[in-house]
Parts: sequence; structure tokens; C-alpha cells
Amino acid sequence: MNEAASPSGAEPKPKAKSKYDYSNGPLPLNINLGWCKACNICIALCPQQVFEPDRDGKPVQARPDDCTQCTICWIHCPDFAITSNYR
Amino acid sequence: MAITTEKKQQRSDVILEYLRPRKKFPNVWCPGCGNGVVMAAYIRAIAKLGLSKDEVAMVSGIGCTSRLPVYLDFNSLHTTHGRSLAFGTGVKFARPELKVVAISGDGDSLAIGGNHFIHACRRNIDITLILINNHIYGMTGGQGSPTTPSAKFSTTTPYGNAEKHFEPCDLAIAAGASFVGRGTVYHSAQLEKLIADGISHRGFSMIEVISNCHTYYGRLNREGDAVAMMNAFNEKTVTKARAAKMTEEELRDKWVIGTLHVDDKTEFCDEYQAVVDRLAAK
Amino acid sequence: MSKSKKKLMQGNAACVNGAIYAGMRFFAGYPITPSTEIAEVSARELPKIGGRFIQMEDEIASIAAIVGASVSGLKSMTGTSGPGYSLMLENIGYAYMAEAPLVVVNVQRGGPSTGLPTKVSQSDTMQARWGTHGDYTAIAVAPSTVEDTLTETIRAFNLAERFRTPVTVLLDEVIGHSRAMVRIPEPGEVEVFNRVKPTSKPEDFVAFEMTPNLVSPMPAYGEGYRYNTTGLTHDEYGFPTNRADEIKPKLDKLRNKIMNYTDEIIKMRVEMLDDADVVIVSYGSVSRCALQAASIARKAGFKVGCVQLYTIWPFPDKQLTDLLGKCKKILVGELNMGQIAAEIRRVLGPDKEIHTLQRYDGEIMTPMQMLEKLEEMI
Repeated sequence: MNEAASPSGAEPKPKAKSKYDYSNGPLPLNINLGWCKACNICIALCPQQVFEPDRDGKPVQARPDDCTQCTICWIHCPDFAITSNYR
Repeated sequence: MAITTEKKQQRSDVILEYLRPRKKFPNVWCPGCGNGVVMAAYIRAIAKLGLSKDEVAMVSGIGCTSRLPVYLDFNSLHTTHGRSLAFGTGVKFARPELKVVAISGDGDSLAIGGNHFIHACRRNIDITLILINNHIYGMTGGQGSPTTPSAKFSTTTPYGNAEKHFEPCDLAIAAGASFVGRGTVYHSAQLEKLIADGISHRGFSMIEVISNCHTYYGRLNREGDAVAMMNAFNEKTVTKARAAKMTEEELRDKWVIGTLHVDDKTEFCDEYQAVVDRLAAK
Repeated sequence: MSKSKKKLMQGNAACVNGAIYAGMRFFAGYPITPSTEIAEVSARELPKIGGRFIQMEDEIASIAAIVGASVSGLKSMTGTSGPGYSLMLENIGYAYMAEAPLVVVNVQRGGPSTGLPTKVSQSDTMQARWGTHGDYTAIAVAPSTVEDTLTETIRAFNLAERFRTPVTVLLDEVIGHSRAMVRIPEPGEVEVFNRVKPTSKPEDFVAFEMTPNLVSPMPAYGEGYRYNTTGLTHDEYGFPTNRADEIKPKLDKLRNKIMNYTDEIIKMRVEMLDDADVVIVSYGSVSRCALQAASIARKAGFKVGCVQLYTIWPFPDKQLTDLLGKCKKILVGELNMGQIAAEIRRVLGPDKEIHTLQRYDGEIMTPMQMLEKLEEMI
């Protein structure tokens, strides 16, 4: 299990193990870069730290295997730029 | 795409079905603006309720928040500043079979629109008002609003706000609204349910949504960017159940979220229809 | 309403009866002297026929509610007086921009401000044209008797529906509160016009389409057509625009849809004009006085004629130029400080001899007063 560094410096929360197996299919999420405004909300709110910002600040799925399809990213995206490929 | 279509899960792309054809995206709001989060929660609520697009009519006033209905594929009436509920009363009373949803900001609803706000509550007309409260006038550049807290900064309170502020939920309950709830843009899943409950409720429903204007309110009051403000909404909110066990001192500066008030007062259009029916029976 | 078709009623009640005849089924209003009876009669009559009446919290809410009702599909109306009309101006402007058909009745009283709640004037004539801000074209009609208040209100609705625009009915305190025997027409006797509905497929619907006559078909909410209505200047789809090539056509449309068809809108009554040397031009309650004065003058051997304006706006430039070309002198009688006299001067030019009889002390114009003025003039 990977460990995530917590921003407040408290005891780091261990990452959950994802029930989804993405090895034979598409990435967990579909990101519309044309609509994304790089607000950083999805990157910051993801409890599994799936995203990293690219050069423009827009999210890249850096750790897709950790995505548990919790929905937090796409229900908080103000620009409807994220949809799931599995939900 | 390998999207599962299990009925009990909300599909992530359902929102795309409700966007107006020909309307340009990305939307006009600042990056990270809570308005978009509310719009998404609202659409998920409509989809979950199974309402058809022709059953819903939306009204809004003027402000960043009021731009919301323009993006959506419903009949939408984008009206004058503060008057969404007055126009909405006309729509609902003329066509009581429609579900009328009003989207308005804190200034639009409680300053210039204050009178229409209290009367819509009083009439208990079956309209759902989603009042997105970002504590500032965003569209016009950051002026104080009736919900800007004391001592906070805005472009018209450059030395700190000398006024006190409204609590929209208290006002709505006192004025007679029969469903009052509060949510935040952080608690987006709960917001979806609150909106669905408000729309389903027969009577005037007011849902206050605590939202972030990091461009003005956040910047002028050093509350940070969109993410910082959203995280603060998480930290500064308590559920109604928890709040019941807290002291007044502990609750200061906290928002209580959830369904705050429900009653079953009779609704205005129903009462008027009863009059019409009585006359017809004579 | 009683079964007999002729009834003693006030002008305000005749107005409501005309509106109901024309299909009005939604009224939102606020009490203000001398128009309050319009609200009261509507409150009594509308629920009997499945219509809807609501007393809103103020005039601003009233006009907002009737715009909402109109856009959602019902013929709607409000009644007020000067101060209320002033409050309504912003949303009347909204109705111009949104092209929402509706009727606003202004039972005029002395102004400005609170003025003279129980006394007559015609001082809101210009306000009906230019009250709200921006560039737009207004339609306003002026009944002169209790009986023609009914027919002019029907005409106001027909114009509102035909041109998709607000129409102001300029009543005044005297007509509003006078009583006369009024016959309500039989169904089908007077033409009632309804807004044109779209026939296109919903996905092809263009909300503010530039049709050949510039009036776009208007669906009711819930019929399958969904569109955005906004007070922002918008394109043909109803989306706000900042583009010069979309702004100008929209504003041209608001003007030309009316100004290209003034023949359908202008209405006047002309009496004893053929050989007249002096013509009295008037509107509203003053017209009854003008007719009386002209008849008396004719009996005394003077060639006096009358032109009564039923349509005040758009102003009948061409029609008046034609009618008044031959006469030598004109007397304009109004219960204000010369609001329409100024228009007549504009139309007929500086060389025409135009006299004005202005009464603005809250009292009604009398035939004796007009005769005295005619004596001076002739």
C-alpha cells in the first residue's frame, strides 16, 4: 500500500486499494482539456492523489491504478471536464 | 467507453445531456468557481428525480450565479436584478404544472430582491430557490453584500464591513418557507440530495449553498484560492445532528448544513385552485 | 358577470371586461388610486373563468409576474397609475427586449411623484414612449370613453400579441372612474388575435428568428420548445451577445417590426374635417370635450373639425401630415404641459399655426374652456 503525505503534516493516511482493474481497459477518467480551466480542485481533493498537474496546471492521471471511482473529482469539477470511463 | 449503466449509480456523463446545444463551453465563470459545482449537483438531482426537460422552468436574476440557467437545456428566464422570484411567481402561478427553479445569488436575493424573497416564502409558492451565497457581489467586481460578515473586506467596505449580515436560512424560516436547507460546494453529494428534496417538496423551498468567490472575497479577505476556500467550508461546517449537541460558543462562525426546516403548510397555487374549484362548483 | 350584455360600469371595469374578452387570464397588480378597481374586478372575475389573479408585493413584482406569465404562455395584464408605472419601467424594458406580449394600463393622475392621486391628468404620455432606458419602439393607445375603454383594451391585447411587445393603455382618472352603460360584445363579434406559435421541429427552433415580418413565433413553456429569454442584448437563439453584427440587427428588429407596419397600429377618429379651417387635435378624455366644442362652434358658423388620436405611439406622423395639411390653424388640447403638442410641432414644422390648450391643475378640460380658446384663435 502506498502512503500519501498529508498536507497538514499529521499521520499520513494509507491509500485505499482500488476495486477496479484498469489494466485491460481505458484510464479510469476522461478529462476534457478544452473545458478544464486548471482550477486545481480535482487534484487537491482526490483522496488517492491520482492526479498530477501538467505544465498548464491541468490534471494528468499519474497514478491511475489508485483510482477507486469515489466520484469526488467529477462531482466537484465546475467545468464538467471530468467524466468517468467506468461509471 | 466502458461505462456501466446501472440504474442506481448516477452516470458521470449525465450532466452533458442537459447542457444547451449551441451554448459555448467552457463556462464564463472563474476557474474553480463554486457555481459550476452547484450546476452539476442540480443536474444530477434533476436526472435522479426523472424530471423531463419540458417540465422544468428556470428563472434567475443578475450576477455570476444567475448566469447558470443559460447553460442548461430547459426553458430559462434570465431576468432583471433581484426579480427572479417575482418573474418565477408569474411562471409558476400561470403554469402550476411546471417545476420552477430559481437560481440567485446573495445580493440578488437579499438586497434588491429582499422583498420578493420574503413574500415568496410567505406565500409558500411551490418554487425552489437555490441561493448561492458567496458573500460578495462577484460580477460587478467585489462589493459588499447583505451576507458579507462584519469586519470583512470588500471594495465598498475597504476598511472592514461596519454592517451586520443576514442569515438567509433564518430569514426564510421566519418568513414562512416550508423547506429550508443549507449545503456547501464542498459537500457536493449532499447538495445533490438537498436540491432533489427541495424540488420534490410541495411549497417554497430555499436551499442556501455556501460557495467560494476566491477571485474577490477570497482575495480581499486572504482566504485563499478555490481549493483553500473549499477546504475551509469542510472545516467550518457541522451537520444539524452534531450542532444540536454543541454550545453557542462552539457554533459561532460555523455553518450548520443539511435540511434545517420542513413543514407541510399548504401551498399557494393549491389554495388558489381550491378557490377556483369552489366557484366552479357553485 | 351578469347574463345581460349591457351593464352600468366604470371605465376601470370596462377595461377588465375588454381584457377578459381578448383572452386575458393572468393579472398581477398592486393597489394604486385611481386604478385599483382594475385589480379588484380582475380578482373577482378571473377565478370564475379559471384565470389567475395575484396581488403582488409591489409594482415591480407585478410587472415581473406578468412577464413571467406571458412568456410561459398566458395573456397577461397589469393596471397602475403614474408612480406605479415609474416603478415598472425597468421590467417594461425587459419585456421590450424579451419581446413579451403584455398590456399595462396606466390610469393617469396628476404628477410628478405622488402628485394628485384622485385628480386627472394626461402627463404620462411621453413616459409611455420614453420612460424606460434604451432604444426601443413603444405602442400606446388612449381610450376616451368608458365604452371605448373596452374596445381599446381588446385592441391593445391584439397589438401586443401581433407584435410581441408590451402595449400601454393610457387611461385617465376621469374615464377610469366614470360610469356608463357598456355592451360587452358577443363571442366572435370582435376579432381577437393570438400570438403566432412555431411550427418547426423543436431542435430547429430559433427563439428570436428574423422572420419576414420580424415577429418571431412564440411557444408556451412545456410544448417541447426550450429556449433562453434574457434582458441582455441577445442573438437569434436568445444567447447574450457582444457582437456588433448581432446587436444592431436585434435593435433594428425591435423598431422595424412595429414601424414597418404602422398601418395596422395607427387609429384615429376624424370628425367634420373636410372643410375645417381650425382643427382640434386631442386624445383621451379631452376628446369628448373637443367634439362638444367643435359641434357648438359649427352651430355658430365656424368651420371647426376634430382629430382624435386613439393610437398615441407610434405617433401618426404621416397620417397627421396628410390630414392637417389643408387646415389653417390647429388647437391641441391636453391635460399636461404640451407633451403631444410638441410632437405635432415636430411633425408639421415651424410654419404651421399651432395653439395649445394645456390644463394641468387636476381638473377636467371643459367645452367652455375650449370654446374660449377657439374664440381667441379665430
